[in-house]
Amino acid sequence: MKNIQNIGLSLFLIGLSVFTALIFLGKYEVTSEVFESVISDKGIKSDLFINDMNQDVVGKPFTNPFTLSSEITTAIENANIKHRKNELWDKVIWDKPHSFSYQIVKASGTGLIKQNKWLFWWLTFGLGIIGALLYMTPKVITLGPPGIKNNGIWFDASTNRGWIGWFAFIFLVGFYLLLYFRPDYIVNWTYIVDPISKNLSGNLASQWFLYGFMYCTVMTVMAVRMYIKYRHNNYQILRTTSVLFFQIVFAFLIPEILVRFEKPWYDFKNAFPLDYDFFFSWNLDELITSGGLGLFILIWGIVLTLVIVPVMVYFFGKRWYCSWVCGCGGLAETLGDPYRQLSDKSLIAWKFERWIVHGVLVFVLVMTGFTLYTYFSGSPSVLGIKTQTVQDIYGFLIGAIFAGVIGTGFYPIFGNRVWCRFGCPLAAYLGLVQRFKSRFRITTNGGQCISCGNCSTYCEMGIDVRAYAQKGENIVRSSCVGCGICSAVCPRGVLKLENGPEKGRINPTDILLGNDVDLMDLVNQK
Amino acid sequence: MEEHIVIIGNGISGVTAARHIRKLSDKKITIISAETDYFFSRTALMYVYMGHMKFEHTQPYENWFWEKNRIHLKKGFVKTVDTQSKTLHFQKGDTLQYDKLIIATGSKPNKFGWPGQDLKGVMGMYHKQDLDLLETYAPNNTVCKRAVIVGGGLIGIELAEMLHSRDIPVTFLVRESSFWDIVLPREESTMINREILKNGIDLRLSTNLKEIISDENGQVKSIIIEETGEEIACDVVGLTAGVSPNIDFIKDSEIETGRGVKVNRFLETNIPDVYAIGDCAEQHKGIDQRRPIEAVWYTGRMMGETLAQTICGNRIPYKPGHWFNSAKFFDIEYQTYGWVWAEPKSHETRFYWEHTDGNKGIHLSYNNTTGEFIGINTFGIRMRHDFFDAVLTEKRSINYVLEHLADANFDPEFYKLYEKNIVAKFNLENNTNVQLKKKSWKRIFSA
Repeated sequence: MKNIQNIGLSLFLIGLSVFTALIFLGKYEVTSEVFESVISDKGIKSDLFINDMNQDVVGKPFTNPFTLSSEITTAIENANIKHRKNELWDKVIWDKPHSFSYQIVKASGTGLIKQNKWLFWWLTFGLGIIGALLYMTPKVITLGPPGIKNNGIWFDASTNRGWIGWFAFIFLVGFYLLLYFRPDYIVNWTYIVDPISKNLSGNLASQWFLYGFMYCTVMTVMAVRMYIKYRHNNYQILRTTSVLFFQIVFAFLIPEILVRFEKPWYDFKNAFPLDYDFFFSWNLDELITSGGLGLFILIWGIVLTLVIVPVMVYFFGKRWYCSWVCGCGGLAETLGDPYRQLSDKSLIAWKFERWIVHGVLVFVLVMTGFTLYTYFSGSPSVLGIKTQTVQDIYGFLIGAIFAGVIGTGFYPIFGNRVWCRFGCPLAAYLGLVQRFKSRFRITTNGGQCISCGNCSTYCEMGIDVRAYAQKGENIVRSSCVGCGICSAVCPRGVLKLENGPEKGRINPTDILLGNDVDLMDLVNQK
Repeated sequence: MEEHIVIIGNGISGVTAARHIRKLSDKKITIISAETDYFFSRTALMYVYMGHMKFEHTQPYENWFWEKNRIHLKKGFVKTVDTQSKTLHFQKGDTLQYDKLIIATGSKPNKFGWPGQDLKGVMGMYHKQDLDLLETYAPNNTVCKRAVIVGGGLIGIELAEMLHSRDIPVTFLVRESSFWDIVLPREESTMINREILKNGIDLRLSTNLKEIISDENGQVKSIIIEETGEEIACDVVGLTAGVSPNIDFIKDSEIETGRGVKVNRFLETNIPDVYAIGDCAEQHKGIDQRRPIEAVWYTGRMMGETLAQTICGNRIPYKPGHWFNSAKFFDIEYQTYGWVWAEPKSHETRFYWEHTDGNKGIHLSYNNTTGEFIGINTFGIRMRHDFFDAVLTEKRSINYVLEHLADANFDPEFYKLYEKNIVAKFNLENNTNVQLKKKSWKRIFSA
C-alpha cells in the first residue's frame, strides 16, 4: 500500500513539475500573417505600435513567453504614452496589455508543445490525476475501518501550516497571479487543453477554459478523497456529489456548449452578487441581443437572486447553495477539505469577518446601483464618480485578488473557506436570511457535549461551535454553510443539521439538560 | 468587600461553578490548579496525541476570558487546608485566605500496588502530564515497539485507540471476561470486543497484570501476566484500571472524607463554607440509583451549576435528572439514557436489536409488568437527549418509545434509518403490533 502511494505521489509530483516547467519552455515566433490578422481583428490604428512590433518582434524567434510578452507590452505602453500625450485617443490601445499580448503569443507558439498537445496533456494532467488517485485510493485500506480519521493532521507539514503548506500556498498564489494578470505567460498550459476546448465549444482554449477544466479535474480527484474519507457519512457523500455535478455540468459543460451554439457563456447557478458583473452593461446588452435564451437568462438571473435564493434559504439554510451548489464552495469542500482546521476561531477573527464580508456586500450593491443608473440614464458617472472606475476597482480588488488569489491561494494557511468567510457578498446575503428567517439550525443534543473542541477545530467557517454546544444551545449563525463536518467529527453525537420549525430554533438555556432544577423556581427567584 | 470564593481544581466542575457564580454575582473568584494554566477539556486529551487537535483547541475559552470575567487564576499545588483559619497552604510555602472553598480536584488513576508500577514509561491517561509522558515514551513505533494497557474501561480503550493511531502495537489486558462488562450488557460488550480486535489490538480477556519488569535504567522492559506467566516485552505501560478521588491533601484536615470528600445533597462538607463537587465528591448515599461517586464529565458540570446557585444565595440541592452518558469506542459511538444495567434486574425485560454489520445496536430495558421504559443503550445510532429525558419523566411505555423512534433519531441527514427493522424485530419477538409513527416536529418540540 505504502509503495503504491509513494509511486502515486512521485507520478503526481512529476506531473506537477512538468506542468510548472511548461511555462518556461517553448518557441514563439510572431509571423506577419498572425500579426496582421490580430491588428485587423482588433482595429489597431497605432502606427507607432505596429512599427515597433515589426521592427523588434515580427519574424524573430523567442525561446520563452516572458521576453516576447515584455516586447509586446513595452511596445503597447510606449505607443500609448505618446498617443495620450498628443491626445490621439483613437490610436490608443485600450486593451489590457497582457490580454492583448496573450492573443499574439497564443497564436505564435511553435514546436514541441503545440505539436504534441495530447502528449503533454498526459504528462501533466494525466500523470497528476493518475498519481493523485494512486496516492489516495489505498486510503480505503490504510485509513482503517470507515469512521472519522483525522489522525496526524496536526503533525503533517501539509496540513498544519508546515513547509508543504507554505509551498502549496506560494504555488497557488503564483498560479492565480499568472491566471488573472499574466495570461500571456501561460499559453503553453492552454495549448494542452486546446483539443478538449475544440471538442466542447469549437474554440481554442483561453486561460479561463484552462481554469475551468482544471477546476473540474481538481474537484473530481479531490472528491474521490472525500468519498473515501467520509464513506461512512451519507450527508458528506451526497453533498460532494451535488457540488461536483453543479460544477461540471452547470459551471463548465453548459456554458461551453452554449458558446458552441453562439449563445452567451452563462453559468445558470451563479447568482448575483457573487456573479458581480451580471448587471454590467456589456452583459445586459449581450443578453438582450441574443434572443429568447438571453432574455430567459436575464429573468432567471434576477429571479434566482430575488426569489429562489431567499426561499431556499428559508427552508434549508444557506447550505443548499454554499455546500451543495456553489462552485467556490465546491472547490473549498474538495481541494480545501484537508485545510479546514486552519481557520481562525478567535473572537477577533470573527469581528474582522463581519466587517469585511458585509463591507463587500455593501460595495457590490453600491457598484450595481451605479451600474444600473449608468445603464438607464446613459450618464457615465454618479455623484462625480465614474461607474467604470468603481467596476474596475471591484473587479481587481474583489473579483481577482480577493476571490482568486487570496480566496483560494490562502487555503493552506487560513483554511479552505477564506473567500466564503471573509469575502463572498452572496454568502453575506444568504447569511442575513439564514440568521433572521430560516428553518435551519444545528441542533445541540441536550447536555451531551463534553467541550472537546473537535467541532470548532474542524469548522471551516471559523465558528466556535463548541461555545454553543457546551451551553446546550442550538447554533444559529449567519456564516454557517452547513457542511455538516462538525456533526461528523463530534465523538458524542451532539450536533445535527436540521430544518425544523422556526419557532424555538434559538434557545438560550440557563441550565443544561440533565440537572433537574425547578426552572420556575429559578426564574421566580431572579 | 465581596466574599472570596476559592476553587481548587480547574476542571469542568470547578470552572462551571466559577462561570455560574460570576453570572449570578460579583464575588471574588480564584481558581487554583497545578496542572495547567487554563481550563481544558480533559476528555479531549486523546485527540491531541492523535493529531486531531492541538492542545490549544481543547481549551474552550480564549486566554483573555478569565481576566475579562474577573476569574483569578492561580497556579500552585495546595498542600494543606486549615479550615479553622480558612487558609490554604501551598507546596511552595505561600498561603491564600478564602471565605468559601470549593474542592474540585477530580481524580487520579488507580494503582493497585503492582510491582514496578512507578517505573519510567508507566503512566495513567488522565492528566495533561500523562499526555506529555506519553509523547516522551511513545512518540512513534520505533521508540515504543509495544505498549501494554492494563484495565478494561473507557480510558483504557481510548488509550488503545491513541496508540493505535500511531501504529504502535498494543496489548490490552482486561481483568473481566469481556470488555467493560460490569457496565455493558453481554451483547454490547461483545460488540466492543469485536471492534477492539478489528482494529488490530491484542485483546487479552480474563487477564491480570502480575508485575512490570524494569530494564537497567529503571524503565519498563516488559510485563508479566498473572495467569500464564507470559512475559510481554513493551516500552510503555498504561494503567487505566479506574480512577479514585484526588484528595490526599485534605486527609489531615477536619474535612470528612471517605473514598472522596463526603458531601450532602447541597454539596456541603461537614465544615461550613467548604464544598466539594465533581469526581472528588462523595455522596453519603447514592442519589436515585447512582453511585456515591460519579467520575463523569456531565455530573461534574451539573454539580458546578448547582453549587453556584447555593453559593449565590439560592440554596438548592444537587438533583441530577435522568442518567445519561456517552462514549466512543474506536468508530462506534455509544449513548445511554436511563438505566440499562449489565445484568437485568428482576423487574426488567430487555429487547436487543443489532445490525448485521455488527457495528450498530440498541438495547432497551422496560418493566416486566407495566411496560414502563427504563433505559436505552444505543451503539452506532445517535439518539435525541431531550426525547429520552421527556420519555423518562413522563414514564412512557416501551411501546411509546418504539412508536416514536423516528422522533428520537439524531443521526445526520440521509443516514440509513433502522427504526422499521427494530420495531419489526420487537413485534416478532413479543407478538405485538407496534406501529412506527412518522417523525413529528410538533412532538419533538413539545418535549
